[in-house]
Amino acid sequence: MPSMKLKHVYLLSTALLAVVGSTASAQMTLNGAGATFPAPLYQRWFAEYNKTHPDVQVNYQAVGSGSGIKQVIQGVVNFGASDAAMTDEEIAKVANGVVMLPMTAGSIVLAYNLPGVAELKLSRDVYAGIFLGTITNWNDAAIKKDNPTANLPDLAITVAYRSDGSGTNFVFTKHLAAISADFKTKVGEGKSVSWPAGVGGKGNDGVTSLIKQTPGTIGYVEYGYAKQNSLSMASLQNKSGNFVAPGAKSGAATLASVEFPENLRIWPSDPAGAEDYPIATFTWLLLYGKYDDAKTAATLKDIVKYGVTDGQKFADELGYIPLPDKVVKLVEAKLEKVQP
Amino acid sequence: MAVSESMQGRQKNGVREIPALRIGPDFFRAFCWIASVAVVALIFWVVYQIAKVAWPAMQQFGFGFLNHSAWNPVTDNYGIVPFLFGTLMSSSIAILVALPLGLAVSIFLSEDFLPLPARQVVRFVIEMLASIPSVVYGLWGIAVLIPLVKSVGKPVASHLGRFGLFAGPVFGNSMLTASLVLALMILPTIAAISRASLASVPGTMREGAYALGSTRWETIFGVIIPTALPGIVAATILALGRAMGETMAVAMLIGNSSRFSWSLFQPAGTLASLLANQFAEADGIRINALMYAALALMFLTLLVNIAGEGVLRFAQRKTAGLK
Repeated sequence: MPSMKLKHVYLLSTALLAVVGSTASAQMTLNGAGATFPAPLYQRWFAEYNKTHPDVQVNYQAVGSGSGIKQVIQGVVNFGASDAAMTDEEIAKVANGVVMLPMTAGSIVLAYNLPGVAELKLSRDVYAGIFLGTITNWNDAAIKKDNPTANLPDLAITVAYRSDGSGTNFVFTKHLAAISADFKTKVGEGKSVSWPAGVGGKGNDGVTSLIKQTPGTIGYVEYGYAKQNSLSMASLQNKSGNFVAPGAKSGAATLASVEFPENLRIWPSDPAGAEDYPIATFTWLLLYGKYDDAKTAATLKDIVKYGVTDGQKFADELGYIPLPDKVVKLVEAKLEKVQP
Repeated sequence: MAVSESMQGRQKNGVREIPALRIGPDFFRAFCWIASVAVVALIFWVVYQIAKVAWPAMQQFGFGFLNHSAWNPVTDNYGIVPFLFGTLMSSSIAILVALPLGLAVSIFLSEDFLPLPARQVVRFVIEMLASIPSVVYGLWGIAVLIPLVKSVGKPVASHLGRFGLFAGPVFGNSMLTASLVLALMILPTIAAISRASLASVPGTMREGAYALGSTRWETIFGVIIPTALPGIVAATILALGRAMGETMAVAMLIGNSSRFSWSLFQPAGTLASLLANQFAEADGIRINALMYAALALMFLTLLVNIAGEGVLRFAQRKTAGLK
């Protein structure tokens, strides 16, 4: 009698396994995690891709670049994403190796809240000085010099910064450290730094709300956020001395002049071109060098290919800078390195 | 046959024997044991896990961590003085504001100043305040408190700015804003628990006090509050614990600065907001340092609890006339 009962249990469980197994083979689910900045674009791609490939479901969790890297190292995701790519030490921890692919790009803008000042130009020394806390009032002679016609008020400058660790911090502080020796020694560069002045908000939205709340505030946010929230954005002086307004065109100019190294990890921390917007960055998708399952590898490659080609048409409307053709070709070539 | 035998056995000499294992009481006792051991074990487990991750930072920074005021992720040089100070300062201000208010509300609700239905409504509203999620308090703080602190802060800072506590410039996201929202968040805890303990003071105590010729004022402050003091102290400790550990609303309002400042109008940071801000993207020794900070926060809460217990015992002895 008991053996009969056992047989029933056995039969039932094999039947269950068969059901689960068959749905899994028909439906491919890929999991990814990482940067929040490209998340809207990635999610759009995965949704569009799902329309043409209903059997492929991609879950992307926007948990932050650092967490994305951690999950890639732990091997709990199929792919990761990071604004800070991955360091060599981090890559060394992954047995199968990591392929870093720049997928899209964005610029970081200085958004400000100054009623009556529609256009603001900031030279390199000035905006470094503002974030160092050495320039503290909007009627400072140095700001007036850049903006002779603007009606600059006698108002204290409130600096708004990102208090949470983020790729935005990483790129912005990298740029400031590149243009100002003072900033490099006093603050330094990193995903979190100790800011000498101002007030911190959590996330792009936190900084955006700080800027909106208080006249006299200036902060750095992703271009997409500033555009969505119609914040005023300052024109920044680039390496060749020109003042450049942020936007898709000036961002694309910056990206086009970037010379990529073999691992495709680079930050144009101080671009030199005449039309280049000074603070732009790529954001990377992190794939393993080798996948145990050939189908997973093939599907991921197909999705990435879709993203860098057809997928780029969503970039502009979502506030990203489309990849230059040169970069798309590099990514496609690099993608071949991913082994099944 | 066997059944009737055992029936007879139980009924020996007409007295019902108690079986060795009683499903109800014995299992319940075992359940209570397991539950209480599990709670204690859980606390030790949490502390152990945090301490384990914090250990490298404890070795590297030692006690200097607690009196060093730089938190610099770039150079991996960590100290938590500004955050310790921020935690203590914000929760103290919150208690200073919320305790008198909460106590007043609880007295009002436990005395018959209002007809019962009206009191029930007020009580319900107060308890509802406790169930509002902290992110909503944060949003409310952004919409209401920040403009308020800015507009009140400016004249205060310009007149009293020479005192460090009120030094300008005035920021909306500041220590004061965070403390005020904390006060609001812990008010229901204080009011609800104090009310319950005031309401449970035996009616005979009140009658006795009136019989001796006390006025209502004397009865409330001389008899009822001292009798309910253990409950009121417990409410305060619970509230202080919540204020020190509150994360979301504080992170939204305090301005998240790692610079030390005495001023109420400047951005600051608390241990909890530091953890919320930096943990997600931390790597290397910073994770260990953050865990060390978490351990410090737990220890701080423990100290507050011990201090509260001490105050409670002292107060009880004093009320009992043992002094």
